[in-house]
Amino acid sequence: MTHDAHALHPPTATGLDSRKLAIWIFIGSECLFFASLISTYVIYRGQSTVGPFPNQILEIGLVTIGTALLLFSSFFVVLALNGLQHGKRGQFLSFLGLTILCGLFFVGMQVYEFTSFVHKGLTIHTNLFGASFFTLTGFHGTHVSVGVLWLITLFIQGLRGKLTPEKALNLEIAALYWHFVDVVWIVIFPVVYLMK
Amino acid sequence: MPRSAESSFRSGRWSRWLAPLLALVVVGCAEHYPQTTLLPKGDFARMVDHLLRTTVWWATGVFILVEGALVVAMIRFRERPGDPEPKQTHGNMALEIAWTIIPAAILAIIAVPTVRTIFKTSELPGGNSVQVDVIGHQWWFEFRYPMGKDTVVTADEMHVPLGRTVDLRLTSADVIHSFWVPQFAGKRDMIPGHTNHFWFKADTVGTYPSQCAEFCGEEHGRMGFRIVVQDSATFAQWEAAQLAPFAGDSTDSLFRVGKTLFVTAGCIGCHAMAGQPTEHIMSMMGPNLSHVASRGTIVAGMFPESDSTMSIWLRNPQAAKPGALMKLPRPLTEPEIAALVHYVRAHR
Amino acid sequence: MATAALPRDHAAGASHEATGLWSWITTVDHKRIGILYGATAFLFFLMGGLEALLLRWQLGRPDNTFLSPDVYNQVFTMHGTTMIFLAVMPLSAMFFNFMIPLQIGARDVAFPRLNAFSYWVFLLGGLFINSSFLFHAAPNAGWFGYANLTSIQYSPAINIDFWLLGLQMLGVASLAAAVNFATTIINLRAPGMKLLRMPMFTWMSFITQVLLLLAFPVITVALILLMMDRFFGTSFYVPTGGGDPVLWQHLFWIFGHPEVYILILPAFGIVSEVLPVFSRKPIFGYTAMVFSGIFIAFLGFGVWSHHMFAVGMGPIADTVFSLTTMLIAIPTGVKIFNWIATIWGGSIRYRAAMMFALGFIAMFIIGGLSGVMHAVAPADLQQTDTYFVVAHFHYVLFGGSIFALVAGAYYWFPKMFGRMLDERLGKVHFWLMLIGFNLTFFPMHFLGLNGMPRRVYTYPAGLGFSFWNAVATAGSLILGTSFLVFLINIIKTWRTRPTTPIPADPWGGATLEWSIPSPPPPHNFEEIPTIDSRDPLWAAKRKAGGTLPEPVRGSGAGIHMPPPSYWPFFAAWGILIFLVGFLVGVKLPIILAGAALLLVSVFNWAFEPVE
Repeated sequence: MTHDAHALHPPTATGLDSRKLAIWIFIGSECLFFASLISTYVIYRGQSTVGPFPNQILEIGLVTIGTALLLFSSFFVVLALNGLQHGKRGQFLSFLGLTILCGLFFVGMQVYEFTSFVHKGLTIHTNLFGASFFTLTGFHGTHVSVGVLWLITLFIQGLRGKLTPEKALNLEIAALYWHFVDVVWIVIFPVVYLMK
Repeated sequence: MPRSAESSFRSGRWSRWLAPLLALVVVGCAEHYPQTTLLPKGDFARMVDHLLRTTVWWATGVFILVEGALVVAMIRFRERPGDPEPKQTHGNMALEIAWTIIPAAILAIIAVPTVRTIFKTSELPGGNSVQVDVIGHQWWFEFRYPMGKDTVVTADEMHVPLGRTVDLRLTSADVIHSFWVPQFAGKRDMIPGHTNHFWFKADTVGTYPSQCAEFCGEEHGRMGFRIVVQDSATFAQWEAAQLAPFAGDSTDSLFRVGKTLFVTAGCIGCHAMAGQPTEHIMSMMGPNLSHVASRGTIVAGMFPESDSTMSIWLRNPQAAKPGALMKLPRPLTEPEIAALVHYVRAHR
Repeated sequence: MATAALPRDHAAGASHEATGLWSWITTVDHKRIGILYGATAFLFFLMGGLEALLLRWQLGRPDNTFLSPDVYNQVFTMHGTTMIFLAVMPLSAMFFNFMIPLQIGARDVAFPRLNAFSYWVFLLGGLFINSSFLFHAAPNAGWFGYANLTSIQYSPAINIDFWLLGLQMLGVASLAAAVNFATTIINLRAPGMKLLRMPMFTWMSFITQVLLLLAFPVITVALILLMMDRFFGTSFYVPTGGGDPVLWQHLFWIFGHPEVYILILPAFGIVSEVLPVFSRKPIFGYTAMVFSGIFIAFLGFGVWSHHMFAVGMGPIADTVFSLTTMLIAIPTGVKIFNWIATIWGGSIRYRAAMMFALGFIAMFIIGGLSGVMHAVAPADLQQTDTYFVVAHFHYVLFGGSIFALVAGAYYWFPKMFGRMLDERLGKVHFWLMLIGFNLTFFPMHFLGLNGMPRRVYTYPAGLGFSFWNAVATAGSLILGTSFLVFLINIIKTWRTRPTTPIPADPWGGATLEWSIPSPPPPHNFEEIPTIDSRDPLWAAKRKAGGTLPEPVRGSGAGIHMPPPSYWPFFAAWGILIFLVGFLVGVKLPIILAGAALLLVSVFNWAFEPVE
């Protein structure tokens, strides 16, 4: 997101690039954000006074595919980074493209799921399940979307040849964020879909 | 002690400061505090008070020692002309361990009775108890005494029998309030959707003021109630009187006008009232008025109950207590107010 | 120490600092941003103080009608919100900004533009909350805004919206700043400055950043759920929809208690800088001071429910939270003892800064001891929500934080502005503040124990509260006057130009900020120093036989500094517009416009050439 640290070019005390350190710190903070949202969901599980209830609404099929793709995308982004670092432009661009497609699929899956739930009578104000489900998955979805936007920006830069191996750190940082978003989903998925 | 401080102490510079300070404290202590937590009138509050006093003594001791050390250091080690560089000490392991362990020990001494009291106060003492359900409303307290088939419903005034455990069930009809009986126990929050438990046992007859302790909106500051501790015979009389059907029905014209106005002026929309269709409805917005004139105060302890205060209230509730939820559908004329006051105050 | 750099290009004109409004809007210099934080926070502080005086005036006598209940509730809510989020936190941020890079030997923070962004978001957020006064709709549910009073049903007007959206904005500012400072402290330390050689202020600030990072996301979520309830009709905190208002209390205090340490730890740091310098003795038990700070922060996350003993959580929870709260007293005690041991055997110079630091210790002891009384859960059932609590947290946050921040102001003013505050006025300020503070807040202990609940807009004459309330009100006027003296001191200092530049090291400091000119040049250090001890400047002075030559103000030529940028400023506006879209009734076009401005700014910021 920012090149500031780069600009100053001092050797850092830890040897880590400041941007990389910052994203780790940011991720640490985000853990508490999602921990609070997930806790709220768990606390309100089974507290809804009216239906529809989770077992009447949640379907495991599509979301499992979405989850799998999101997991694969973490792998793809690693390959893309590897490609960029070693100057393999083809590998870099194709795997970054795949990562983005997986992310897009996941977001699309969520949009589809939300729409179908609304059709089945579950909206954000129906009951506590609706409220906490849409809030939790919605905020995760927003994080995925931001990640997709970030990766697309890097992809375009890559196409234009502006993302060179020396700037691989730009992708590495985005990838760290992307992994984090995946890991959060690995927690959300069983909590919401498997322990209904 | 360095000389300057010593001489200034002798010369009375300190006492010139100290005297007004002491006078201030003496004047403050001479005030009468009917809502105080420091003169417990029941088991629960006594346990709490004992614990507080233990803590305060320890705290005072620590205060004197630590502030004393600070003051001594400030005076003894003040800069003097030509001071050499002080000895550069970086720490002292033994000292540091000591002042980690000693506070820990003091805290342990406080923690033991604390935990004991937490558990002791958390359970209802056995024996013959009286149950009271307290419901918080913006901005008044409702008290219900379930008694088999019947329920005594009253507001602003909680009557309790002397020496019997009062078994409280607390909840709220709107936002969070906090039930507080400073003379008998502490506080317990009244939370909508929750039923909270609390208890106390009063050991001195009397009437005690209290008020809501959790900020609950515009008139939080005027959400009071009184605890009336009575010996068991008086309490039984009070209960019987509250349960008795309304016997004051009268044919005098002012009473009839008032009774009609109670309906036409809209009072009935919010208040349960003996002799009116709302008599047995429990979930009305406003306080149950069936025995309102038997209470010592009206408007959540704001006014003593009387003709004049009730008139003031009916003339313009919003002027008396801005934000109060009682809103007159239309202003009342003076004769109407007189009739309503007469009618309502007939309910003792 | 290698600060005696070669005079570079002195004749060709020293570093040209840009001037004018635009230069301040686009600045990315941590020192300028620090000054912006300080000036803004000081104005908010004066406003919060004025609000306090209004409250005290209303409570000065029984059954007073000076403020209506609704206005009183708005004023006390804004007093708390302002003092915590708009005064004490950003006053600390002023010193984080100005001093951390100097203390660790860095040219700037890790992300100068992110730093500017934090400031602008804070400023706009603060103005946003306060603009509610213009609409007679200031927040009115207390600074901890307990649900379900804040629900649409019981607070239908926009007062609460101002509060929750404003706090979200301030949260963004705090989090961005915390990421920045945590990175700066970890990564930009000068060679040789190991973690256990960092100055105490930097250490305590670092712990504060960690607390911010871990505590603020929780309040963000709590506020998001409240936004959902208020704007989108959910029932997270609404009992009739199955929600539980107590959830808010847990989330709020999981944030709220660490927040208390966010307010006090920087103060600990400041005092730990001032005491050694003015007693000419190093801090006593450096390692213990560091680890007690860490321990306090760690325990700070395990005590939140001591704010909720009256909720009725049951004896087990009450016991646990009682004990963890008592535990915190131990590391806090270690700090107090170490401060006293620091001055013990020293040679104490009673300068204004030192007097405020000593006042801090004296007052903080009282606040700490009443804190232990709150840890005694059954006793807390009597004290909670009374004026005893009000007394306690003012002893901690005013007697603690404010005394220390003022000490820091007198101590660092010469470094920040190149001018010395008047010592005589400083001492008048101190004595008025000490007397006014104690007259205002000590009686509140008596009031609370004698049954006066907090947050009441008035009290009847018969409850015995009149006398001490009158005393407290009189005290508050003295307290107000003390800050008038401070203001006069600042204005006087501002108007009298010093004939000769003040020395780099007027107090005999131990840390790196005193090794460079006052005020420092934009690039701070001519050469990044190499550190080999905890008190590097003292070590250098000892080595040089007592004093060092005045450092030369270099031109900074050849030192690459980050260029100014206006994108952080516009990004902050984007966030403001985004949130205003919610305030005016979830107006999608405004929300999207805000988001778009934010996005455009962030993109331009990311691709701005900085080389």
